[in-house]
Amino acid sequence: MRKLMAILTSVSVILVCAGCGAGSAEADKKSEGVMTYDEYMAADMDSEVVIETYVQAKQSWWDNQATVYTQDKEGAYFLYNMACSEEDYEKLTPGTKIKVTGYKSEWSGEIEITDGTFEIEDGKYIAEPEDVTSILASDELIDHQNQFVSFKGMTVEAAGQDADGNDVAFLYNWDGSGQDGDDLYFNVSLDGNTYTFTVESYLCDNTTDVYNAVKALNVGDKIDMEGFLYWYEGVNPHVTSVTAAK
Amino acid sequence: MKKSNGKSNMICKCRTAVRVLMALACPLFLTGCHGHEGLPAFEMPQEFDASRSYEITFWAKNDTNKTQTKIYEKAISDFEKVYPNITVNLRLYTDYGKIYNDVITNIATETTPNVCITYPDHIATYLTGANQVVPLDELIADREYGLGGSSVRFDSPSPEGLIPDFLDECVIDGHYYALPYMRSTEACYVNRTYVEKLGYTLPDTLTWDFVWEVSEAAMAQDEEGNYLVNGQKVLIPFIYKSTDNMMIQMLRQKDAGYSTDEGDILLFNDTTGELLETVAEHTRTGAFSTFKISGYPANFLNAGQCIFAVDSTAGATWMGTDAPLSDISEDKIVRFDTEVMTVPQFDPDHPCMISQGPSVCIFNKEDPQEVMASWLFAQYLLTNDVQTAYSETEGYVPVTYDALESQEYQDYLAAAGEDNDLHYDVKIKAAGLMLDNVENTFVTPVFVGSASLRDAAGQLIEQTVKSVRRGQDVSEDAYMDELYDQVSSLYRLDRIGAMQSRVSAQEADLGKLPATAAALLISLAAAWAIIITYAVCRAVKEKRKRR
Repeated sequence: MRKLMAILTSVSVILVCAGCGAGSAEADKKSEGVMTYDEYMAADMDSEVVIETYVQAKQSWWDNQATVYTQDKEGAYFLYNMACSEEDYEKLTPGTKIKVTGYKSEWSGEIEITDGTFEIEDGKYIAEPEDVTSILASDELIDHQNQFVSFKGMTVEAAGQDADGNDVAFLYNWDGSGQDGDDLYFNVSLDGNTYTFTVESYLCDNTTDVYNAVKALNVGDKIDMEGFLYWYEGVNPHVTSVTAAK
Repeated sequence: MKKSNGKSNMICKCRTAVRVLMALACPLFLTGCHGHEGLPAFEMPQEFDASRSYEITFWAKNDTNKTQTKIYEKAISDFEKVYPNITVNLRLYTDYGKIYNDVITNIATETTPNVCITYPDHIATYLTGANQVVPLDELIADREYGLGGSSVRFDSPSPEGLIPDFLDECVIDGHYYALPYMRSTEACYVNRTYVEKLGYTLPDTLTWDFVWEVSEAAMAQDEEGNYLVNGQKVLIPFIYKSTDNMMIQMLRQKDAGYSTDEGDILLFNDTTGELLETVAEHTRTGAFSTFKISGYPANFLNAGQCIFAVDSTAGATWMGTDAPLSDISEDKIVRFDTEVMTVPQFDPDHPCMISQGPSVCIFNKEDPQEVMASWLFAQYLLTNDVQTAYSETEGYVPVTYDALESQEYQDYLAAAGEDNDLHYDVKIKAAGLMLDNVENTFVTPVFVGSASLRDAAGQLIEQTVKSVRRGQDVSEDAYMDELYDQVSSLYRLDRIGAMQSRVSAQEADLGKLPATAAALLISLAAAWAIIITYAVCRAVKEKRKRR
């Protein structure tokens, strides 16, 4: 009897798993009236857009508005100040599928959806970071805007100098005018090019591993990073992970 | 190499600041700042007890400017040398909205800072908490510890040493609740090269008609979609940073309603509708946009993608081809001549512009000696060294005559253009514009909810611009009616009157009981008297029945 129960349980688990898998496969097929990523990118600025996407990270919530990094298997969507109750915000865990209706907008080079509303749908997807190290200096990089990406083997450069004129590896705010808890800015180089990366304190505050990892950086360190490919007058990655280069 | 600049995050947060402010301020209107009994009113001690040690906190705002941070740190260090028994802990902010947000949160937990950079509009909200903000009238006037007082250990300015217009801006309900710290106004930073290329000559004073006309003329494109004036595919000839200021100044110039001193809302009037129609007309052609919708005016201006960029004089170091601060990569910067002009006017013979800039308030504490320590530090921010150094970081103007007339400051003004750093000509011209127009500046009435009304004024423009860009018809009266309703509801403007009454009642702690509060108390007393009489009569009746 126990054997029979075990077999039935195993079969059930397999069937349930298979069901989940089928659900995931279906999730990539857009619902009626929903744009594909290509259609979204081709849409006119300020036009209404309807997309299905998956939450990857949440940046902030206030006054019933949420700012969220999302992505499907084709591309990423930055949702700025989307209408969202505090209760619903708690439901927006990484992987959650949502259908969003809003307006395609551009702010200082960042393509985003503003004045959006959403509904939660069945489905789950968490993007693996795509390694964009090799295209950092190329025009192709913008095609990955807002995606969860990784950068490998970059070298920490001086971000500025302290009061005694010594090089420092990071700054609070872009020019060092801030304090602990503010955004962190640090420079990393590859192949002779230097880039400024940011720990966005609303996304990763000073209690997070990444915030403290950046504070512990030294000029010359070789590091790997993950984060979202945010845009502001050029690429401005919001990093979520910093580790020693492998 | 494309290198992004750190201003981005500041910008994102600026974009959100209004929302944060709304989220916290609105519940505040409903509940009041105080979730507790409140503090006893501050009573000024006979003398400052210098034998004790004090630790005070100073919440300061900088413009994401390292030099400003250093000036704050130096001011604290210098002050602590004069008063070694007072330790000042600095907490830095980069926008007023966040300070407002945190102060409101900390009022509820009785952990307000001691000294805080602020706007009078915000203080009006803080005043809904009983005795939270220290009225400064007595402190300012005190012969020993007041401004220029004999027992103050540094060279403090006398009350007459402050520019009266700026000091008057700190009066709320008849009391001083702040000291002015720095003053600025808005300026229109103009790409003169493009204006002249379009065949126009800049007038002495910009008018709205001129700005709109040139902006429309700039929209001509070639067959490939490049704008003729800049040869680029991107051009927004006129970008306004602070649309609340835009609406407020336009209404003031038109002598149209905004609010009364008592807090009555006059914003939603016919003139406002006409102004919004003009905004819509030029948004439709692509000639106008705003910071919130498109981005920083400075970035577009410096890239040759904007001709009229309106921003604070305190943002002058970002403006122009040779600006010492820039968010765009060098290869995007276009060379042009920058003109610093007053904001556009309807009547150029009577120019009119907003006065803005940080003030300093002091929060009340259980220990009046701690408040005295705070007061001494607040005064220190008015000393010459602090005033001149900080004003030179941006297009700010010092608030004391001593600093304004000091040789150092005069030399600084005279050296405009000698370099593109400390003496960057656009920055010094912006400060000069403020100095030349002090008598032409104005402030809006301060009352509980005035901060929300200001936001609402800007939102009318933002929403109109968005609607036009999204192809909605904004020409019908129904659109304006709906917009007014939406904005009024969003900013809870209907609650403002009620909250004004609340503050008036609390003002009673500081002096004569207001008539409304007195009437309320009399009504309550009368009600209780009736209830008690009724209860007694009923009890007597019951007794009789039992008999």
